[in-house]
Amino acid sequence: MARYILRRLAIAIPTLFIIVSISFFLMRVAPGGPFSRERPLDPTVLANIERAYHLSDPLFLQYLRYLGNLLRGDLGPSFVFRDFTVQDLFRTGLPASIQLGAWALLISVVLGVVLGVIAALYQNRTVDYAVIGTAAIGITIPSFVVAPVLSLVIGVWLDWLPTGGWGQGAWQYKVLPIATLALPQVAIIARLTRGSMIEALRSNHVRTARAYGLPTRSVVVVHSLRGAILPVVSYLGPAAAGLVTGSVVVEEIFTVPGIGRYFVQAALGRDYTLVMGTVVVIAVFILLFNLVVDLLYALIDPRIRYD
Amino acid sequence: MAFPSLKSLLLAATIIAGTSFAAHAQVVYERGNDADPETLDPHKTSTVSEANILMDLFEGLTTYAADGSVIPGVAESWEVSDDLLTYTFHLRDDARWSNGEPVTADDFVYSFQRMLNPATAAQYAIMLYPIANAQGVNEGTMPPEMLGARAIDPSTLEVTLMAPAPYFLQMLAHQSTFPVYRPNVEEFGDTFVRPGNLISNGAYTLQSFTPNDRIVLVKNPMFHDAANVAIDQVNYYPIQDRSACMRRFEAGEIDSCSDVALEQLDYILANFPEAYREAPYLGTYYYAVDMRQPGFDDVRVRTALSMAIDREFLAEDIWANTMVPAYSLVPPGTNNYVEPPFLSFMNESILDREDMARELLAEAGFGPNNPLQVNIIHNAGENHANTATAIADMWANIGVQTTIEAQESASFYPYLQNGGEFEVARAGWIADYNDPQNFLFMLQSNNPSFNYAHYNNPEYDMLMEEAGRTPDLDARAQLLYQAEELAMRDEPFIPLMHYSSHSLVSTGLHGWDDTLQNFHPTRWMSLDE
Repeated sequence: MARYILRRLAIAIPTLFIIVSISFFLMRVAPGGPFSRERPLDPTVLANIERAYHLSDPLFLQYLRYLGNLLRGDLGPSFVFRDFTVQDLFRTGLPASIQLGAWALLISVVLGVVLGVIAALYQNRTVDYAVIGTAAIGITIPSFVVAPVLSLVIGVWLDWLPTGGWGQGAWQYKVLPIATLALPQVAIIARLTRGSMIEALRSNHVRTARAYGLPTRSVVVVHSLRGAILPVVSYLGPAAAGLVTGSVVVEEIFTVPGIGRYFVQAALGRDYTLVMGTVVVIAVFILLFNLVVDLLYALIDPRIRYD
Repeated sequence: MAFPSLKSLLLAATIIAGTSFAAHAQVVYERGNDADPETLDPHKTSTVSEANILMDLFEGLTTYAADGSVIPGVAESWEVSDDLLTYTFHLRDDARWSNGEPVTADDFVYSFQRMLNPATAAQYAIMLYPIANAQGVNEGTMPPEMLGARAIDPSTLEVTLMAPAPYFLQMLAHQSTFPVYRPNVEEFGDTFVRPGNLISNGAYTLQSFTPNDRIVLVKNPMFHDAANVAIDQVNYYPIQDRSACMRRFEAGEIDSCSDVALEQLDYILANFPEAYREAPYLGTYYYAVDMRQPGFDDVRVRTALSMAIDREFLAEDIWANTMVPAYSLVPPGTNNYVEPPFLSFMNESILDREDMARELLAEAGFGPNNPLQVNIIHNAGENHANTATAIADMWANIGVQTTIEAQESASFYPYLQNGGEFEVARAGWIADYNDPQNFLFMLQSNNPSFNYAHYNNPEYDMLMEEAGRTPDLDARAQLLYQAEELAMRDEPFIPLMHYSSHSLVSTGLHGWDDTLQNFHPTRWMSLDE
């Protein structure tokens, strides 16, 4: 197992290198630059700025400089938030995104799996239709609709919770963003669980377990769910990476200081270093969660061994 | 988290705990801002989101009063020589940095030199270009010491200009010309602007800055007018989503929003009309015509296109009355000016104008058998797209066939600024100082990065240069008027609308006056408990 993990980590490094290299050059293909504005800059002024940020150097030299700094853990100065380095921004943004994402993930896994199992056990009955109907709504209503509606109803009309903001991380400010993030995930996970549970409940080994007269709880949890959860686990890898790296919609509407917004702000503002930094962070999370998923597979499914 | 040290946090906590027992409760102003500042270094500033924050943190030689007029700031008084080239500023005795040190003439000399030093890479460097040798210093061909600004004694500053500039005193109230504290910059380098490091001379000091969350400013007890500053703390929230700001305003979490979403105007006017503020804003929304293109180099074609545009419809129906129809490049009411020369057909009915436009096009060789084809390019944005669509319809009435192309802003402007070819392009300009020159300079032929139309009229250039040399304000205004008259006759830019600013301001917040430049320093405001 340890050897497997080491091997996976060793593969992750060249993968990351390729992602960084492709992103670096792709981003420079986009027209415009970090200092292109509606308000044009005097040519002298623009030349001064480009020199200060090494933007007038040959592109390959800039690339080598970026790689060198990256190896030393230096993600460079941001062009959009010029008083901060990219690390500074992540140091404040990442904890906020991770908190929201982790809670949303936990809630959606627990709620999604429970609802999915219930729906499967009561297949084609009222409970099932209720779960599937709600799930369909959860998946189809986009978060840019859910978020303002929650904010308006609970924040403005009922005045139970703040409509937005971060409030130094107080829990009241996190409820609505977490709910918005979790809603579609609960729905997706419930549907995935229901589908594979129905299949598992019909399988031979479950029928045998029932025939032996094992208690329903054991049949459902040990013999059916253990196999049925595998598709959910593989879905969770990319989903978790997406959740903890922040959602631009949720962060924008609830004005949360997470890193999801940086990606869009940086891309539109041509903040080269911040775009690269975000790419690196998201790539690391995806690689990491995929590894976790593969390890979870081995834990859950006795047929999978990595030795 | 922000970036104060643990010690300063504990200290702040102790102070807050201590003062909370005092008789007077802290007055905190929760202030919506459209975005985070790119920087709090006044010499690197570039966006409007920074203006109000920097005006709270720093004070220039002059400053803006609540009503937008320019009043003495760090300079208590000044004399101007007869040729309008030498300004002698007398600094006030009680001007202090937030650490208690006096603000001196040397601080300004150092700050002006720093701003123009090429290594600073100041985006607003041109704000100081009226000063003698400023451009040379900024281009790196002259040492900073050559700049025409010197300290006669610690409280007397002499500035020599290259040419008379009636707007110079106003430029000194602009955030890019504010002083910075030399030992502060030398100690911390680029990070001097961080909370805990920054020493400033304005009504407020910086307590914390968390990107995408908020910026906290607290009252500066060292400020010379601190006795009259009513608000103890300002929290600036960057809220790009204008509807989110409106909800937080409606829920009472925020006292003012710096912008509103047009589609929610009806809701705002129905539910809290007393909070809605609309004021003329010093800017013009226009279409540039590329005069290098065959057909578009013909003044008859440009005039016909301009005539057929129903500006009242654009302002009322597309922009929900948040814009004002424009018939001149310089907005009416601009300082140091007369009433601008309006487009000749301003008072004709749109039907008559369409007839005249068709005739002009026919004279230029376009008609039903040979229709004029126009491609409009604009930067992406719903209202820009709607405007272009409406104009295409209006042009269809005079037999013009129009195609529309939207481009992303980050690539749109560099394309225009680098001389990219087009036929008709949307553009807008918000003035940095209240003077007609700040609009008309865009059409000078030696200004390639602003003159998208590639207008090249020696007579226009001559008038602009002469105006730049004329000390008498009335004579100068007449020269600028003649220049704009040429521009309105030739129409390299087709003016469409003038901007207005829109804000939500709580009825408990006083001192937010409607101003032409939409600056609102917190210093002048007060808040009901």
